[in-house]
Amino acid sequence: MSERTLFDKVWNQHTVKTLPSGQTQLFIGLHLIHEVTSPQAFAMLRERNLTVLYPQRTVATVDHIVPTEDQSRPYADGLAEEMMVAIENNTSSNGITLHNVGDGKQGVVHIVAPELGLTQPGMTVACGDSHTATHGAFGAIAFGIGTSQVRDVLATQTLAMGGLKVRRIEVTGALKAGVYAKDLVLHIIRVLGVNGGVGYAYEFAGEAIEALDMEGRMTVCNMAIEGGARCGYINPDQVTFDYLKGREHAPTGAAWDNACAWWSSIASDVDAVFDDVVTFDASTIQPTITWGITPAQGLGIEENIPAVSDFPAEDAALIGEAYEYMSFEAGQAIAGTGIDVAFIGSCTNGRMSDLREAARIAELHGGTVPAQVKAFVVPGSEQVKKLAEEEGLDKVFVKHGFEWREAGCSMCLAMNPDKLVGRQVSASTSNRNFKGRQGSSTGRTLLMSPAMVVVAALEGVVTDVRPLVEKGASA
Amino acid sequence: MSAVTHIKGRAVPVRGNDIDTDRIIPARFLRCVTFDGLGEHAFADDRAQLKEKGETHAFDKEEYAGANVLLVNANFGCGSSREHAPQSLAKWGIEAIVGISYAEIFFNNNIALGIPCIQVSPEEADGIQTAIESDPNLDVAINVETAEISYGASVIKGILHEGVRNRFLTGSWDATGMLVEAADEVAATAGKLPYMNGFQK
Repeated sequence: MSERTLFDKVWNQHTVKTLPSGQTQLFIGLHLIHEVTSPQAFAMLRERNLTVLYPQRTVATVDHIVPTEDQSRPYADGLAEEMMVAIENNTSSNGITLHNVGDGKQGVVHIVAPELGLTQPGMTVACGDSHTATHGAFGAIAFGIGTSQVRDVLATQTLAMGGLKVRRIEVTGALKAGVYAKDLVLHIIRVLGVNGGVGYAYEFAGEAIEALDMEGRMTVCNMAIEGGARCGYINPDQVTFDYLKGREHAPTGAAWDNACAWWSSIASDVDAVFDDVVTFDASTIQPTITWGITPAQGLGIEENIPAVSDFPAEDAALIGEAYEYMSFEAGQAIAGTGIDVAFIGSCTNGRMSDLREAARIAELHGGTVPAQVKAFVVPGSEQVKKLAEEEGLDKVFVKHGFEWREAGCSMCLAMNPDKLVGRQVSASTSNRNFKGRQGSSTGRTLLMSPAMVVVAALEGVVTDVRPLVEKGASA
Repeated sequence: MSAVTHIKGRAVPVRGNDIDTDRIIPARFLRCVTFDGLGEHAFADDRAQLKEKGETHAFDKEEYAGANVLLVNANFGCGSSREHAPQSLAKWGIEAIVGISYAEIFFNNNIALGIPCIQVSPEEADGIQTAIESDPNLDVAINVETAEISYGASVIKGILHEGVRNRFLTGSWDATGMLVEAADEVAATAGKLPYMNGFQK
């Protein structure tokens, strides 16, 4: 049993009571909703004559079905339009704030809440979206939930939850140039597996984690769910406080000092007890790419596609399925794999630091996306888009042959018009390489960092970004 | 809500580890404001792809029509939190799932629908799948209280943790009712959280 960890402290302070079932009734400090997983929850409330208990603790935006090109209403997709109307009506009739397209604050829910300062250390956060784990970067305990649980949070501001074990993932050393938070988390998932985290909260810690800025920390926590963990978090520190200071919903004046004191108090104690500790050395990690159909099927850019014999016997069928679906053979190099589409965006890698680094790499390379590749950049929010344009990043992308789009989830899950076609291969900064994930039931996805996607787009094939980064460092 | 104590019927095996919720219900079917009609789209892309290869997915096989117990392998339901996945299975007719392990959000979404997900060992999962594949008409019965699964002449004892099991047995698998009762205690907990009053001391 873990003790004195951030998870234990936050869990205890938010425990309302132990339910007759033995589970915990847990108070949720921040509830985020979007258009895909909330309409049925509001319908259930109406059926049961229930109202929203704390409307000011729920914040809504729209992201999954929003088109990133023509955003004029009504949307060409009638079903998407119906979902937009549903969330507009449900939020207005229940007194819930909605950050809608065009109001300057819309975007991917896991990008919007942090940039508005809504997500804060020590909170419990819930959202009907598995990538809610992202908010753990602030030292919040953040759970992805289903629609029936969205109903529960709307009606009661609580969830019925079983407890979790806590695994500390200690990352020592420093990431090498050209290796990013995305590579780090893909590497961790590769080693621990897609179900390695089942039953656990992941605490990411150690010098390599502390050295990340908040956006890198969000990238790491975002993918905790891909490792099977119920949530992932990083203890809050000065980096966290500096990020929050001055944001719209961050406390000010005397309240700021009170907040910093409480936020510091909820961090794991130096003598905290963990159920499990795993250590990684950041300096050994290469740019990491997925080759298969689960986020754990990854490899370093210098490596070749693994053999079935490299895996436990029970994984043999899955590995065979991955070879067939991806058209890869054991022993083949991943470098040099041709791509058709390059996607930069998503709740994993759609933030300013991602776009700045992507633009920098494009400039270092100097080339243009070849005709056979479709490359596009989807900023994570309207705020990210505005700031990127102020910095001239949009012009850099367009100059190098990338399309510059409006904010949304886009081709991470392809619920909007952005989709792969047929068996296209996508170099993607998103978080899932599942079969059919990017909108074509036979489409193929290679997950990688924004820098690696840029160089893959410009070269037309998967390419190690490190030589370019070294060139940039010596220039 | 009514208690879920016994599930009786026939089973349908869907083999494979790490079957994610995108595969259970592809994202294009999430463009909806109700869960109605999702049943026919369960495993839509997997089914279509097998058909193209001249094979048949279990959900399309005549002999499994009307089955209500889904037999799976490890880490079933990983990935997206979409409740559309268990909803599509439920609307197809699934009332219980037996497998080696489940992704947690999927597991919890099933509790909310009154669908127990019972854990068994890899050998037991393979054993019951093989038995059903050779005789799809075999009667299957699940006792939620003991987590025992009987099929034909065989009985295996699975795992369903106490807190979860109690919610099925007491009819509190739909959590809203019991959570609503604690409104005063919720307010008391909220009152102690410094961020709830904007960190004013």
